[in-house]
Amino acid sequence: MFYRETGQFKTSYAADQALLPIAQDRYALLATLVIAFLVVPLVANEYWFQAVLIPFLVFALAAIGLNILTGYCGQLSLGTGGFMAVGAYSAYKMTTNLPDLNIVFVVLISGVITAAVGILFGLPSLRIKGFYLAVATLAAQFFLLWVLNKFGWFVNYSPSGSIAIPPRQVFDVTVTSAHAAPVARYLITLSFVTVLALAAKNLVRGSIGRSWMAIRDMDVAAEIIGIKPLQTKLLAFAVSSFYVGVAGAMFLCFWLGTAETEAFDLLNVSFPVLFMIIIGGLGSILGSFLGSAFITLVPIFLTNAFVGGLGMQAVTAKHLEIIIFGSMIIFFLIVEPHGLARLWQIMKEKLRLWPFPY
Amino acid sequence: MYLKKFVIGAMSAAVAAGAIATTTAMAAETLFIPSMVYRTGPYAPNGVPFANGYKDYFTLLNLRDGGIGGVMLEVEECETGYNTKVGVECYEKLKGKGALAFSPLSTGITYQLIPKASVDKIPVFSMGYGRTSAADGRVFEYIFNFPTTYWSQASAVIKYIGSKEGGMENLKGKKIAHIYHNSAYGKEANPTLEVLAEKFGYDLTLLAVDHPGQEQKSTWLQIRRLKPDWIYMSGWGVMNQVAVKEAASIGYPMDRFVGNWWSGTETDVTPAGAGAHGYTSTTFHAPGGNQALHDEIRKVVYAKGEGAGKESGVGEVLYNRGMLNAIFISEAIRRAQEHFKTKNVTGEHVRWGLENTDMKQEDWKKLGLVDFIGDIKVSCADHEGGGQVRVQQWDAEAKSWNFVSEWFTPMRDIIRPMIEADAAAYAKENNITPRDCT
Repeated sequence: MFYRETGQFKTSYAADQALLPIAQDRYALLATLVIAFLVVPLVANEYWFQAVLIPFLVFALAAIGLNILTGYCGQLSLGTGGFMAVGAYSAYKMTTNLPDLNIVFVVLISGVITAAVGILFGLPSLRIKGFYLAVATLAAQFFLLWVLNKFGWFVNYSPSGSIAIPPRQVFDVTVTSAHAAPVARYLITLSFVTVLALAAKNLVRGSIGRSWMAIRDMDVAAEIIGIKPLQTKLLAFAVSSFYVGVAGAMFLCFWLGTAETEAFDLLNVSFPVLFMIIIGGLGSILGSFLGSAFITLVPIFLTNAFVGGLGMQAVTAKHLEIIIFGSMIIFFLIVEPHGLARLWQIMKEKLRLWPFPY
Repeated sequence: MYLKKFVIGAMSAAVAAGAIATTTAMAAETLFIPSMVYRTGPYAPNGVPFANGYKDYFTLLNLRDGGIGGVMLEVEECETGYNTKVGVECYEKLKGKGALAFSPLSTGITYQLIPKASVDKIPVFSMGYGRTSAADGRVFEYIFNFPTTYWSQASAVIKYIGSKEGGMENLKGKKIAHIYHNSAYGKEANPTLEVLAEKFGYDLTLLAVDHPGQEQKSTWLQIRRLKPDWIYMSGWGVMNQVAVKEAASIGYPMDRFVGNWWSGTETDVTPAGAGAHGYTSTTFHAPGGNQALHDEIRKVVYAKGEGAGKESGVGEVLYNRGMLNAIFISEAIRRAQEHFKTKNVTGEHVRWGLENTDMKQEDWKKLGLVDFIGDIKVSCADHEGGGQVRVQQWDAEAKSWNFVSEWFTPMRDIIRPMIEADAAAYAKENNITPRDCT
């Protein structure tokens, strides 16, 4: 009834090629953005910003990055944590050594640096595929963290090896460190994620995205129809690492403010982000958001429901949370192996026929 | 199909309920004490006794005295799993409920809270851990790390080794290895050990063990090759148990293996059995559960079934340390109540209370502790409090820790300038103007 495109005629090529061809989708996206930018800052409290919304956005961006590489181009990567660390440490080095550089550029340049590192570690992807590539990127994960941990230069020779971001402003509003209002950190994170997510959505449906998908589906066939595997794969590594690097920089600048390499290790970042895109949906930008919401928020909500709602002991709640969260992952993978994004799509198809399905 | 729908529905309901629970914060007329604990994960063996000691002491105050100054205490635990990100989530949640002081028992989480503490005006009391240079109270107004710090501890260990070698001049040419947890925590001692190596001429080898520390074969292979005269360890959680076992299996002389105060509790040495006999570690308080306060806890808390753990756990090294942490916080609250003449103190008041900690042996005796810890005096400039260190040794037959040294003072003349230099660098990087403490 509500979700039906009957009567929406496309009269120009531009309209036909729009990002979201169905009007309802456009309105929904606009409404989401309005709520996220205008309503949420008014109603959310510090806990929601710091513990729920900002981590969700940061990990959503990291998931988009990995989704470009793994979901669209088919190159399995376990190096997400290492690349995020590169982004975070680049941001730290730049803010402390070039105090006048605006934090927006710091974050973007961190992404570019990570992209360069990503290309370097993407080189083996031309020769090795699938699980073997996963092992090669695993090496990147350990190597990058080892380098950042080993050499004092990366942490300005701080004795503990942990990095802290100093206060920085955008338009005279402090957006980094504990001195920044949580709402300011939320809004700048949201702005980055919105712009980059729209860019990614556009990228993956154009010729570049199609060539990535061609490589993913069958690289020999793709080569035969004229797609160069070298450039295409390396571009996927570069773009993906850029996104992951920006996410890492935001992780440090707008979310935690302080980090050490342990925060980016395999079990803390690389696997969770991989699970995000598997549960959210491989090859889907929306899926990256859904997966990030699932992995970062469900454990928090479960714990709060048990401790705050039911008055359980913190440790019992933690054990229950691990059990339930694990079963939820298995459940969703059984009922919908294509992820939450596919579930959403099925729902949309049902909505089109509602209330008179045939 | 029904099952699928049912499960999805149930899950959505649970998550929605959680989301609602996340938004409701309650205000209470009690003194709210947050307790960041880890009773799960690879660090649980050490996290559990500490959390129990912390909780039990506050329970004792509630049951015996009706709280502090007539106001009941409300202790809420939040499980961090020693994970910094979860720790920050816990901090945000507990902060909203009117937390008076945080003791995260994790150097990583402490580093996260340091910049927040002065903004939120809630003191962070990292007792013997966290950032060493926070001992400079002029820069780190809201951070406390008395009775003593990692750097002081490392210098104390060198002093102890020197005394065992028959004088500091005999350290020249000796080989000392530092096995450390490869994190902010483990690395803290390195700069001090390096500075002292230059001064006393011993050969220092730094050996990192990655989180969580179950895999140490290569580390101990290096030890076998190197044959160091002394080993110093900064470990935590399962890493300690593995290291002590490995040392025992290669036949390393255990009395030359010194752990720091986070590597010397019962659970660290019991898995190695008789092999751990003679292992030493530093400490800043006495082991054992024979003090009057312990009897009180057994009588008042455990007899009523209100204990946080098993009664046999009362008096373990880390239990005592959790208890000590609770004592420092509750005494700070009491002091603040008296000074500000209000029962419902705030984080700022408690900060004042912590900064004016001045506890001598007679004060400890009143609390039921005799020869438990050295005298502590915190001041505006010095948040380290001048605590003293002692070395304890594990007796595997009696299954107890015993002191093998007297109380002694770390090399504060060397450490204090290092602290001030590091604090000044931090202040410069973060645009902080140091307070005037004169």
